[in-house]
Amino acid sequence: MQFPGRRKKLIGSSQNDLYDHCLQFYGQPPLENISLTEFETFAVERLKLLKTVENLGVSCVKNSEQYTKKLDAEISSLNFPQKAELSEQKVQGGISEYEKRRKDHISHFILRLAYCQTEDLRRWFIQQEMDLFRYRFNDLHSKHKTDFLHKNNLKYETVSAEEKKSLQDKLIASSYGLSGTKVEEHDVYKVPFQDALDLVRTRKVYLLAGNAYIPHHEIVTIVLNDFRTRLSKALAMTARSLPAVQSDERLQPLLSHLSHAYVGQDYSIQKNIGKISLEQIDALSGKSFPLCMRHLHKALRENHHLRHGGRMQYGLFLKGIGLSLEQALQFWRSEFVKGKVDADKFDKAYAYSVRHMFGKEGKRTDYTPYSCMKVILSNPPSQGDYHGCPFRHSDPELLKQKLQNYKVSPSGTNQILELVKGMHYQLACQKYFELTHNVEDAGFSLNHPNQYFTESQKLLSGGRDIKKEVDMSQRSQENPASVTRPSQANSKQAHEEMGDLDSFFQDE
Amino acid sequence: MMPTSDYDPACLPDLLPLYYRRLFPFSQYYRWLSYGGVSKNYFQNREFSFTLKDDIYVRYQSFTTQNELEKEMQKMVPYKIDIGAVYSHRPSQHNAVKSGTFQALEKELVFDIDMTDYDDVRRCCSAADICSKCWTLMTIAIRILDRALREDFGFHHLLWVYSGRRGVHCWVCDDAARKLSVAARSAVAEYLSLIKGGEETVRKVVLSDPIHPFINHSLSVVERYFCQYAIVEQDILGSKESVDKVLALLPEDILSFPVVLSQYHIKKGGQYFDKEIMLQYCYPRLDVNVSKGVNHLLKSPFSIHPKTGRISVPIDLKELNTFDPFEVPTISLICEELERPRADEAEDDDVKDKENEQEAGERHYKRTSLAKYVKVFDRFLEAMARSRKGEMLQKSDLQKDF
Repeated sequence: MQFPGRRKKLIGSSQNDLYDHCLQFYGQPPLENISLTEFETFAVERLKLLKTVENLGVSCVKNSEQYTKKLDAEISSLNFPQKAELSEQKVQGGISEYEKRRKDHISHFILRLAYCQTEDLRRWFIQQEMDLFRYRFNDLHSKHKTDFLHKNNLKYETVSAEEKKSLQDKLIASSYGLSGTKVEEHDVYKVPFQDALDLVRTRKVYLLAGNAYIPHHEIVTIVLNDFRTRLSKALAMTARSLPAVQSDERLQPLLSHLSHAYVGQDYSIQKNIGKISLEQIDALSGKSFPLCMRHLHKALRENHHLRHGGRMQYGLFLKGIGLSLEQALQFWRSEFVKGKVDADKFDKAYAYSVRHMFGKEGKRTDYTPYSCMKVILSNPPSQGDYHGCPFRHSDPELLKQKLQNYKVSPSGTNQILELVKGMHYQLACQKYFELTHNVEDAGFSLNHPNQYFTESQKLLSGGRDIKKEVDMSQRSQENPASVTRPSQANSKQAHEEMGDLDSFFQDE
Repeated sequence: MMPTSDYDPACLPDLLPLYYRRLFPFSQYYRWLSYGGVSKNYFQNREFSFTLKDDIYVRYQSFTTQNELEKEMQKMVPYKIDIGAVYSHRPSQHNAVKSGTFQALEKELVFDIDMTDYDDVRRCCSAADICSKCWTLMTIAIRILDRALREDFGFHHLLWVYSGRRGVHCWVCDDAARKLSVAARSAVAEYLSLIKGGEETVRKVVLSDPIHPFINHSLSVVERYFCQYAIVEQDILGSKESVDKVLALLPEDILSFPVVLSQYHIKKGGQYFDKEIMLQYCYPRLDVNVSKGVNHLLKSPFSIHPKTGRISVPIDLKELNTFDPFEVPTISLICEELERPRADEAEDDDVKDKENEQEAGERHYKRTSLAKYVKVFDRFLEAMARSRKGEMLQKSDLQKDF
């Protein structure tokens, strides 16, 4: 891809060929020129979409009505392609189907650049893209599904009705969750057994003459495996060419921000300044702090010291809950002085960095407390560090002990450990919230440590009625965890948005 | 009176050279491993390994022509011959190749059924011994696996070979089989595995609803043989010790009732314990590791088993029920048969014929008991050749090549 300042149009006649299906495997990178503005807009909007996919995956059962409705709405509002009729090229209210598919294509490849760099980023990106793909594939009409498979050289034929009937008993006896009606109503696919090894290995599929007979609900798994393998390989390759891309100064800052971007409430604007007194912090750490901050606080109290990573993560969090600069300075100084640092040294060495956090030094940027994503993905802790996400970075045995010390029930601990095993760190923390606050449903989708604190305080001060579940479901519909901003066709606004993102995470 | 041809390993140094000069079916062997010459250098890039006298083991042997193969084998006189994979380069030159580029590309899909793996369920023999009573296990194994590989996996060209002592091998030679990845081979082997667990596990087969068609097919084979094999031949109910072993596989609450196994068909809470018992006693036990590796080396058909002297002969599945491992010719027998004048020959007239035969080296096996086994091999090769021809016709039709 070339990125000159101006915009060039693609030759019209090949429009129809290029995007002849609303879904794609992203096999070929886009080959046109686009403007920087479009580059940024596309990237940001796809990121929003993926964040929504992630949040919905966390807060709703996948493929439930709630999930589908919300995801549909988001896809539509961000102008990504939906299960429109393939022939529809009419411009309805601004953006044509072709435009949407083009955006889908280009934005995916841009995000590849941003998310190929580390194992964690790749995993996150693959996970969300797979969930999005699964949703969009399942949403297709049966005919379009087969179309898609054929266009992508996946030799998956549908089995004829007669063959299905004759094999019905055998199919039911081989595949999980298959009944007579399902066989009749839904498609069964014939796939060379080499393409369905997981099902063959566990004998969960019917085999005949070298073909695996895969019921409709399982074909998605096969296609998804294919998708994941391709994307994984592609990301590895992209990572290798990344240095060349990053040397382009126009792109480097954007890509770096994209991979750390948190699109939602950022707790940058301090509310309730001064409402918390320092004496309350110990008690609050047990009641309303997420595990990471409770852990950091405890370490600070015990060692009278925290290293840089811990100071940043905890310090910014405290700022977010409402500590003023003066309070913060007092807090850190009193603790450090109990340790090896005398008051003078503190003033010389550490006070500066506290003021820096509050934007009173150097660039005078007001730093923003870290989101869960940032804590989980960046700056993993090493020996002697206490920052990071305990669900992500602690050894499961140690985590278990810690939870037991904090009086979490054994069954609750197990639930948390299961979530950790499945790499659902924020869900694990949410479960921790539920167990420590004695509620069945947290009622929010956890994305930010300060959000944890706010929600906890709300709950404890009776601002929310736990028993009224109707209320809660309404609330979660009105206030989705990710703030969905209206789609921005206006490039200026998009640019401003990028400017905002710019200031969110400028690391030292 | 001719002496009986009892085999004595000490005779190998004398018998082997004769075997490789006049009996080993080189022409068919070469034809097999060339696979019609469709892939370039397929034979040339094939690895062979030899175990020579005094247990000297040499790997990465490869040959450019049938003639070279013959000459080398006659020169080195291997006691054991193994066949490995087709590599990216000639195995004999693997050291000259840049490290990392020398790779195993293709190989037949193979299975090795070894009687020792059944020791926990056979009473007549153990370890390397076999007898007619437990040989039925091999018959069962071949029937079950042959069906599954053909009907479920769609393979057509299977060569079943007696290993020479205590088991059988299966070589699946289809194009598609030779190209299978490690993951695919392991998936096939696991699909075919029902016996799970080692020394520590008592109940090695666990069935639950729904029962996969493959298991049902396998059960119908086992059921056909079970009564004769297990009750009569193996006599599993014949001693307290063996009855206890069977009872150990039953669910606990049944033991309070007097039970006759074959009559108890009720499935209790999803437990198909009667089927499980039959499978545990009879179902084939595979070594997944043999089948998994693309570069795995397996004993070659028509090689000799040094301990028994028997030749690894192909098994004719049409005669499977009457196959008797103790009737398989030994190297001493066929060498002796070679020297014996034929009963219907007039000594003078056929001297010339005999001389002609001696010059056309490969036809000598026809005078021995080895002949019928080479015929089985010939039929197998014919079938593959026909199939290749059919494919080429299909391809040229598609390309409209007349």
